[in-house]
Amino acid sequence: MTLLVTSELSRRFGGLNAVDQVSLVLDRGEIRAIIGPNGAGKTTLVSMICGRIAPSSGGIAFEDQDITGMRPWHRVRHGIVYTFQITSIFGNLSCFDNVALAAQRSDTWATGRWWPRGHGHLAETVLAVLNRVGLSGRAAARASTLSYGHQRLLEVAIGLALKPKLLILDEPTQGLAEDEIVSFCALTRDIAREATVLLIEHNMPVVMEIADRVTVMENGRILAEGSPAEIRADAQVQKAYFGT
Amino acid sequence: MTGATPRRDWLLHLAVIALLFGVQFVLPAYHYSNVSKIMVMASFAIGYNILIGYTGLLSLGHAMFFAAGLYGAGLTVHHLGFDPLSGFLAGLLAALCLSVAIGLVALRTAGVSFMIVTLMFAQAGYLLTLYFGEFTRGDEGFVLKENLLRVVVGDTGFNLIDPAARYNLALLLFTVCLLGSLVLVRSAVGRVLIAVRENEQRTAMLGYNAFLYKLLALVISGTMSGAAGATYALLFTYVGATFAAIQYSILPLLWVLLGGAGTTLGPLLGTLLMFYLVDVSSGQTSSYMLLVGAALIILVLWAPKGILGTLREKRIPWLP
Repeated sequence: MTLLVTSELSRRFGGLNAVDQVSLVLDRGEIRAIIGPNGAGKTTLVSMICGRIAPSSGGIAFEDQDITGMRPWHRVRHGIVYTFQITSIFGNLSCFDNVALAAQRSDTWATGRWWPRGHGHLAETVLAVLNRVGLSGRAAARASTLSYGHQRLLEVAIGLALKPKLLILDEPTQGLAEDEIVSFCALTRDIAREATVLLIEHNMPVVMEIADRVTVMENGRILAEGSPAEIRADAQVQKAYFGT
Repeated sequence: MTGATPRRDWLLHLAVIALLFGVQFVLPAYHYSNVSKIMVMASFAIGYNILIGYTGLLSLGHAMFFAAGLYGAGLTVHHLGFDPLSGFLAGLLAALCLSVAIGLVALRTAGVSFMIVTLMFAQAGYLLTLYFGEFTRGDEGFVLKENLLRVVVGDTGFNLIDPAARYNLALLLFTVCLLGSLVLVRSAVGRVLIAVRENEQRTAMLGYNAFLYKLLALVISGTMSGAAGATYALLFTYVGATFAAIQYSILPLLWVLLGGAGTTLGPLLGTLLMFYLVDVSSGQTSSYMLLVGAALIILVLWAPKGILGTLREKRIPWLP
């Protein structure tokens, strides 16, 4: 079942074609990795999908609905959630408040009311999400005092609290320690049981281990697409990306 | 700031209000009048703080909202013979409409542009009060007549400029503004306002239309400032263009920065200290603004988050 389709999506910055006629199809429930060298247009592509950047041409359809001109906060409501490459949690707020911001939003959407349900209900949701990413003991801690790895987990927790249908993770394992990467992979697989995951990732072992399908980008275009094994065997990809 | 200790901060705020209620029985007449004025001005500062402290928008034009309330109440009572309550509501409505209109335009800008746009609007407002001098009597202003400020309740009544009535009505305004701001910042909406202050881009990616929340904050802030202006006109009877001038846009900024932007009690503390700093130093020297300036430089150097902001960082993290 198709979740997301981009049709000939392009974005030009001056004379540069950052993303050039990319047609991407995401199926519901898959873990899709986008790989490619720096400047290949990966972040620009997902930024257009989540609405942070407007496309120069082309279209985006989510659940068979055209969302090309939709404002980013409406896309979040439809289930497209983006977690940032540069960790951008609210450093001065507690972990609880960080997740509560997202949880109260999805709660008002779920109930169709203006106001989220009472504090107890909210707290329950927030603590459950924090527990799921392994931060349950840190609810009261100021977010900026967390270690880098924990900040990345908090970022994911914020995303999860929005109850995404499509969760976009932009280089989630960057800067994580080896054991943190292992638990992150497990978490991603767990998330993928109820949401589709679109992952920009540089760490090839991670991609090979968790992705169902891999899309390779170069110079704003899709160079190849296939299962991890196929991509590994693709001569063109090896030339462009692995440099061999 | 998890909201896990709501009781403690309610107690603190109620204690402050009770203290203000209690001191009226011991204050000498001079300070009695001063504290009345401080409570009205602190309400103005609380309104200002919602915008600068909790939403992160620095306005340099809040005098226009204060003046909208001041003139909205003053003109209707003076020229149209409104009773004080209707006058107050007219002032409130004027500030509400003005803040919606200004917000729709000014919030298209951000940062320095927002400061300049609000400053320009406030200057335009100031010039309007001079232009319509026929009604406002411009810089000179006008004084509301005592007989217009009589409030009748059942068989009895009282006059607004009666010191005790004035003090307790100022306290009522202050109480509503203070507890209102506490409820707001502790609410789900307040959490979003703080998120807008911290990182507007990120807030949009959490599914919030940041513009609407900024508009809401500006309207609450402007209306609260207008309520203070209307109350000032009715309790202190003087309505003049000075209150629309830039000075009254800068003063709430100073009060809030001194007490602590983004703390609910900071505006009261800042207004109180600044008032008495000016009061005491102007008794000693004619260049009292020099002392005020020096105090502000010290503040910026050693406690840039204001008194309560610094205190919250170092000692009492649960302070709202």
